[in-house]
Amino acid sequence: MFSQLIISGIAIGATYALMALAMVIIYKTSEVLNFAQGDMAMLSAFVAYFILEDQGLGFAAAFPLALLFAFCLGAVLEFGFLRRAKEPTVLGLIIITLGLQMILYGLASWRWGSDQKNFPFPVSDFEVHEILPGAVISDLNLVTLGWALLLMLLLFAFFRYTKLGVAMKATQQNHVVARIMGIRVNRILMLTWGISSMVGASAAFLIASTDTLDPNLMWNPQLKGFSAAVLGGMTSLPGAVAGGFILGVIENLFGGYVSVEFKSVVAFAVIVLILCVRPSGLFARHYVRKV
Amino acid sequence: MDMKRDYYEDIRLLDSGSQIFWLIALLAVLTAFPFFASSYLIYTVNLMAINVIVALGLNLLVGYTGQISLGHAGFFAIGAYGTLVLMTKLGLPFPAALVAGGLISALFGFLLGLPALRLEGPYLAIATLGFGLTITQILGRIDYFGGHMGLQAPPLSVFGIEVTGDAGRYAVIMPVCVLLAWGLRNLTKTRVGRAFVAIRDSDIAAECIGVNLTYYKTLAFAVSAFYTGVAGGLMAFVLGFINPHTFNVMISILFLAMVVVGGLGSVLGSIMGAVLISWLQIELNRITELPLLGPLLEQISHSVFTISGLPNVQYVVFGLIMVGIIIFEPLGLYGIWIRTKLYWRTWPF
Repeated sequence: MFSQLIISGIAIGATYALMALAMVIIYKTSEVLNFAQGDMAMLSAFVAYFILEDQGLGFAAAFPLALLFAFCLGAVLEFGFLRRAKEPTVLGLIIITLGLQMILYGLASWRWGSDQKNFPFPVSDFEVHEILPGAVISDLNLVTLGWALLLMLLLFAFFRYTKLGVAMKATQQNHVVARIMGIRVNRILMLTWGISSMVGASAAFLIASTDTLDPNLMWNPQLKGFSAAVLGGMTSLPGAVAGGFILGVIENLFGGYVSVEFKSVVAFAVIVLILCVRPSGLFARHYVRKV
Repeated sequence: MDMKRDYYEDIRLLDSGSQIFWLIALLAVLTAFPFFASSYLIYTVNLMAINVIVALGLNLLVGYTGQISLGHAGFFAIGAYGTLVLMTKLGLPFPAALVAGGLISALFGFLLGLPALRLEGPYLAIATLGFGLTITQILGRIDYFGGHMGLQAPPLSVFGIEVTGDAGRYAVIMPVCVLLAWGLRNLTKTRVGRAFVAIRDSDIAAECIGVNLTYYKTLAFAVSAFYTGVAGGLMAFVLGFINPHTFNVMISILFLAMVVVGGLGSVLGSIMGAVLISWLQIELNRITELPLLGPLLEQISHSVFTISGLPNVQYVVFGLIMVGIIIFEPLGLYGIWIRTKLYWRTWPF
């Protein structure tokens, strides 16, 4: 029982971790809380579904194409809406992302309706492996887990070793200085949105294949991913992933032993308690402002 | 805009004679309104007035004190449940129950204000979001509060007078709304209001000149929660029936949208934002009935989208309006109003 709860918790935590990664990437460079993240991913999943079912192409074509769509969507939203805001405040930017969320939700449910669809996926959720006595994990969960960890490593390497990644970090620290150093800050922000949108889309494919695909698919994972990111410190990639796993495991253990009803609420209670002790999350350094 | 020449000009409630005139005109219109309007229109205005109360309270917190909250649906729920339970189970009269509901909500606001002392930005957003979610979940599990089925509002009577119909409820809601708007305007002109603004502009500097951060931040949360709680209590009677799903996260987000779209840190802005957002919320589902736009949308639905999903076009329009206002005017509707006023004042130059 215990080991099964832990393993399912880690499996569900992996999806939270992916959403958290997507939010952290945007927050790191532009300090925008992106409430459209979930619905950007949801729309990309619908595009994948459209390519698979209506166009009849295989997975090898559908997923790359949908990821490409996700990248373009993220870049276009940044270019077309967030960059257009004149003298934006942080709250103003949040409201813009909320508006985008509504637009994307409306478009997706206008095109595909709100009925639930089965999202085909090459890996099955029903073939299980017994990795510990009495504890099983499905193929799909393994893929999700592996993908979250791999993506974390890739992004970590990207931010540390590539020119573009370093430019993104510089943009995060100080827009003006980055610009003086010859970095096109606007272009970096656009690419950031694109990359983040791709990460979110990959999470949406995995979530849609365990669940069914409908326009409300990503609302809950988005809130959980957001919480996981805050738990991990909002600016730290390993923190976001760890936050996702912690959240998933706590939720599952609480659901298994105490009460299923309060399962999704307990995560928030835990986060509030943790934030009381560590106001900047578990893994980020708490900067004390100096005057 | 106008030059303030001495302290008394800064603290008085109304700046000029024309403001007094327009205020009296507005009050006259609001008084005469229920005698002319249809029942449905009065119902709409009731909802707007309630949202105005919430927007005022939230603007005190977000616009004046600079703290974000994504959990005001929680206070809304506490106010609504508090008022109904005090009336049905304890037999309090409506006015007392409404105020008590607001005070219970204020107590929770104070409690939420405590962790908020250390948190800011996204961390505060998540903490308040968690609060809002938790409150509604807990309310939904307690049988005393009706569980998932919710509660039925008892017949409404104020000081022994039975209140029925939309016009009757208007007579209860609108005075409360006007009173609370007046109260907020007054509050922002006082020592307390200036302390809030100082905290928003720089909390460290505010602390240095002697503003007690603990006291004023929790006070801001408590007052904001009081407003929202009172609005919740009134909402229970407009809807006639409440259950936990009435107070979901989306409501909290819409409250925040009202404040930001209306204009942060202004009473007039909160009113405009609340009126616009609630009007869109109520009326946008009839967008397909518009003369030219409706058939056009239907045509687009046939060729690109699906006709069954057509009602969802309201979300697209809603989002576009919200995004558009913020992109073109960071101060929201209040900013647009100020610019228009300035333009006409100096016209034709």
